[in-house]
Amino acid sequence: MKPFRKLSAAAAPLPMINVDTDVIIPKQFLRTIKRSGLGKSAFFDIRYNEDGSEKPDFILNKPAYRNAEILITGANFGCGSSREHAPWALLDFGIRCVIAPSYSDIFYNNCFKNGILPVVLPQAQIDELTKEAEENPGAPIEVDLEKQVVTRGNKFSFPFEIDEFRKHCLMNGLDEIGLTLEKKTFIENFEKKQKEQKSWL
Amino acid sequence: MKPRTLFEKIWDEHVVHRTDDGTCVLYIDRHLVHEVTSPQAFEGLRMARRKVRRPEATLAVADHNVPTYDRSLPIKEEESRIQIETLSKNCAEFGITLFDMKDKRQGIVHIIGPEQGFTQPGMTIVCGDSHTSTHGAFGALAFGIGTSEVEHVLATQTLIQKPAKTMRITVDGKLSPGVTAKDMILAIIGKIGTAGGTGYVIEYAGEAVRNLSMAGRMTMCNMSIEGGARAGMIAPDETTFKYIKGRPMAPKNDNWDKAVAYWRSLKSDDGAKYDVEVNLKAEEIPPLVTWGTTPEDIVPITGSVPSPADFADPNKKKSVERMLEYMALTPGTKMQDIVIDKVFIGSCTNARIEDLREVAKIVEGKKVAGTVEAMIVPGSGLVKIQAEEEGLDKIFKESGFDWREPGCSMCLGMNSDQLKPGERCASTSNRNFEGRQGRGGRTHLMSPAMAAAAAIKGKLTDVREL
Ligand code: SF4
Repeated sequence: MKPFRKLSAAAAPLPMINVDTDVIIPKQFLRTIKRSGLGKSAFFDIRYNEDGSEKPDFILNKPAYRNAEILITGANFGCGSSREHAPWALLDFGIRCVIAPSYSDIFYNNCFKNGILPVVLPQAQIDELTKEAEENPGAPIEVDLEKQVVTRGNKFSFPFEIDEFRKHCLMNGLDEIGLTLEKKTFIENFEKKQKEQKSWL
Repeated sequence: MKPRTLFEKIWDEHVVHRTDDGTCVLYIDRHLVHEVTSPQAFEGLRMARRKVRRPEATLAVADHNVPTYDRSLPIKEEESRIQIETLSKNCAEFGITLFDMKDKRQGIVHIIGPEQGFTQPGMTIVCGDSHTSTHGAFGALAFGIGTSEVEHVLATQTLIQKPAKTMRITVDGKLSPGVTAKDMILAIIGKIGTAGGTGYVIEYAGEAVRNLSMAGRMTMCNMSIEGGARAGMIAPDETTFKYIKGRPMAPKNDNWDKAVAYWRSLKSDDGAKYDVEVNLKAEEIPPLVTWGTTPEDIVPITGSVPSPADFADPNKKKSVERMLEYMALTPGTKMQDIVIDKVFIGSCTNARIEDLREVAKIVEGKKVAGTVEAMIVPGSGLVKIQAEEEGLDKIFKESGFDWREPGCSMCLGMNSDQLKPGERCASTSNRNFEGRQGRGGRTHLMSPAMAAAAAIKGKLTDVREL
């Protein structure tokens, strides 16, 4: 996993609430057995017309936002299914950071496993960021994970909260399985105890 | 010891290791695997030269992508075929039991777990699928995970987690005739909202919940995720034990007695504190249908399509406008005047034998409206066999329903069972998202009884008046 420390990139505003995982990556693309290659299908239904041409109004189709690495969006982002194809599609498209007032639990979790930083900010600050991104298309926003702050020059500086362990893993691109396997003895002891106490399991 | 909730009891029993900041390594007792969210996890194991820690605690099935027509025919879509074959190969290589497409025990992952007795009270159960919350109906802590976590569980039989907050939802009183578990959970989601449960594990309690069969309890817990919750659970009781007893993977003999003795301790202590309490009265819940594209957008079947002006929050107002356009609905239209094209009876929410019996009761001796295409997709091969033994399939076919092979089918439309653009469907599934059942398709969620009534009338119908 690619570590995430600091990012300075264009931000695309997608001011919709309840953007579900079916919208982020529709089911027909879940037949893949790979993680990569989903970027071109991200937001498929709202991004392309029936004939496969791009919908010019969709934000990520506009020239200034095509290379956006930050997505600013509404509450309950990523609700619905557990499909990790959603963060895979975002990452493959080039999104490294999502900023929203809230997320579904599973999507939020899935982001961290893929080097994507999901930032939570209050709605009022999201509104400001959205306005900023709309008024200055393509202008970079800085996201600093170490300092836990979203800034734009000296225009604004919004601090955000994040779980220490997750921050540590993301900043160092750590493999969680490797970390857990270091606790192998604890797992073995647990299994031994469970076998004695709950013989039916 | 301080009084604990059901969630806290199961959690405490499964902590393998805890760091000072509260991050826990949590032991996972049972792992269900399906073809869509697992290939990349197995690939990860292979690349890191890791094994599956406890293959015997893992059960796999192909369900999302399987065709629901004649199983003796080859699968038409190449990618679907490859994905299903990949699951078979992975299970063989890593020593995992698989119910493949030809196995009569094959079915939707959340239906076969309970059916086999694989799902039991007090367990931690995960699956790379958000509706894993279904298994909470047994008093288990069951939740959906992403593919990276699937890999983590395969390799370590654990997950790295922090405890959730707790919410108790109590439904007192008795449900009125024609009102089901589905209406109860839709009412709850309508009340708390699709993000109301985010960060919480919900425990359902109260007389109306206690009175439900296991099927009804599974329907409720299934849709916990639609209220944003990590998991839903119901304390096990005699109904639970009776359901499990004698199932193929259930504890036997001495072990059964030991297990039941433990299971009886699995209820919240008096005085246990929840972070949030929500209360509903069963008598006040009518048959409900959704009108929009999130499961919180509900209205009584006797009601009308709302208007954006009915909503105070500007973001919701905007989204209501968009939903009405997508659903092609005009504010003020009576729900019972909405004409439908398709009926889908199926999914892990409502495709158990009890659901099919409900449907049969309503459609027996009646015909599906000439303008409607209606299909019934049983939740598993065993549900299908049971229904056929009871003669339900004959009732369905004589009424004009299409009787299919088990799978997820048009719940998510990954195979060829899909809505066409603009088609409107009365569905017993759990998600009415834009495009969920097919691009441009319009979904109204409801109970099996209500979907059956809609099939007969050709429009949304109050089952109490049929
Ligand atoms: S029936 Fe629908 S909700 Fe249930 S597991 Fe299958 S796709 Fe998911």
